[in-house]
Amino acid sequence: MIYKVSRIVALLVFSILIIIPSLIVVFGSTKTDSEVYNKPLALPEKWSLDNFRFLFEVSNVGRSFLNSVIVTGFSVTITLILASMCAFAISRMITVTGRVLFSLFAVGLAIPGQVNLVPIFILFNDLQLTNKLSGLVLINIVTTLPISVFILTAFFRELPKEMYEVSEVDGATPLRVYRSIALPLSRPAMGATAIFLFVITWNELLFPLLLITDNDKRTLPLSLLSFRGEFFSNYSMIFTAVMVASIPMVVMYLLMQRSFIAGLTAGAVKG
Amino acid sequence: MGLPGAIIFTGFYFVPFIANLRYSLTRWDRITEPEFVGFRNFVNLLTNDDLFYKVLGNNLRFTFLVVLFQTLFSLIFAIFLVKNTKTNIALRTLFFFPTILSSVSVGMIWLFMYDPNFGAINLFFTRLGLEGFALNWLGSESSALYAITFTQVWFHTGQMMVIYIAGLQQIPQELYEAAEMDGASRWQQFRNVTWPMSIPTTIVVMAYTTIQSFRAFDLIFAMTQGGPNNSSNIFAVLIYQTVFSELRIGYAATQSIFFIIVLVFVTLLQRKFLNSRYEK
Repeated sequence: MIYKVSRIVALLVFSILIIIPSLIVVFGSTKTDSEVYNKPLALPEKWSLDNFRFLFEVSNVGRSFLNSVIVTGFSVTITLILASMCAFAISRMITVTGRVLFSLFAVGLAIPGQVNLVPIFILFNDLQLTNKLSGLVLINIVTTLPISVFILTAFFRELPKEMYEVSEVDGATPLRVYRSIALPLSRPAMGATAIFLFVITWNELLFPLLLITDNDKRTLPLSLLSFRGEFFSNYSMIFTAVMVASIPMVVMYLLMQRSFIAGLTAGAVKG
Repeated sequence: MGLPGAIIFTGFYFVPFIANLRYSLTRWDRITEPEFVGFRNFVNLLTNDDLFYKVLGNNLRFTFLVVLFQTLFSLIFAIFLVKNTKTNIALRTLFFFPTILSSVSVGMIWLFMYDPNFGAINLFFTRLGLEGFALNWLGSESSALYAITFTQVWFHTGQMMVIYIAGLQQIPQELYEAAEMDGASRWQQFRNVTWPMSIPTTIVVMAYTTIQSFRAFDLIFAMTQGGPNNSSNIFAVLIYQTVFSELRIGYAATQSIFFIIVLVFVTLLQRKFLNSRYEK
């Protein structure tokens, strides 16, 4: 009895704690600012998309959106290719090379990006990779490579050895085995890793903040942060920007809940 | 095959990490040439820097509280939602939802929630007649770090809950049946079956949460930038400020080295503590 009551109370409280802020944002993006302040929880007096129109007019959030799409697209794709090649090499090479490769990424996993903030800032300045989307793609690849290698290595190791051996006897090169056998078999693991990478890259703030000063090169999280300064505490505009930054992720989450949850916890379990 | 990835990673992550050690021995503002100062930065940091100790304290307190509450709540919700019923699956989807948002979005949402005049939190307390609880949450030194702690736990509890659910579903059902036959209460079942059987998952959850909380740069930067008066500052934000506000590259490099030392130390301590529990 006590268990049942406390269960319902706890679930209810946490549900409310998630639903109310979400509703405030969704409603807020269609309200005027004074409405947000005076009646944050009430339904909007009239649903309008004026805030969105205004936001796209006065700011370059459209440009930021496009930048985010470009940076995320390239980062995720290239990371997946490189990581799957590394993971394949690690799982197939029982020799020293495989172990060295594995240790390299294991040590890398232990160094959070924040620790490397100073030297990366200097290196990217020296190489003139600041204020470039390609610079952001590069740093995203480097920071997400270790965790992706770990997730994929764990998967490749579970594939039956015979699969590889048969094709090797037939004289297939490692590249061919990777392309024709390992990749097709690893589609679920690649999918989970892709979602994981997609979410963290889309939401990344630290390195864009470090490397981008040009307005036209901002990604969405960076724009969102700058709106706080520009619109000060005009929350109807801030909430509109939060909506723009979150909608792609939310839509995908609703369409593929299972894969999202699997992808975003794979990183934690395998890492 | 692994070569392209290994080369890029070494060149753009590993080599910089080593270069960082060299920067830590210099005084450098990026305008003039770096000046070699030996271990002076390290001595300064340890003997003459109150801010460093304040931030260290904040960081440890933040990590401790986030790990404690995030682990506790995610375990409780996992136990409540472990059965695969329709309602439970819907609730899991809802609880996991904040995880997919960006830290900056979450920061903006909670900036409003905590707003001293208009925020939903204070509205709630005043409606209940508890004006005493209606604080300037993020604006006061005594509450800012705790307000962010709450947001961080809100942000990632659902993610850890899903990991716990996967762990709990591995526990053989017979154990519970046997416990029930022996007349064990729910609490006794938890003490003697669920908790010991879920310690491996707890290790994963706590290790991940620890690293996650050390990396909470985005959220703190979006909400308070470490303020007021550095009361919510943690290492990651401090290093950023030392580079960009103070232009002290060498000193920031030294701070990063302490950052990783503390992180490794905390992780090892935690592992030792949990492993000793596990072996019992």
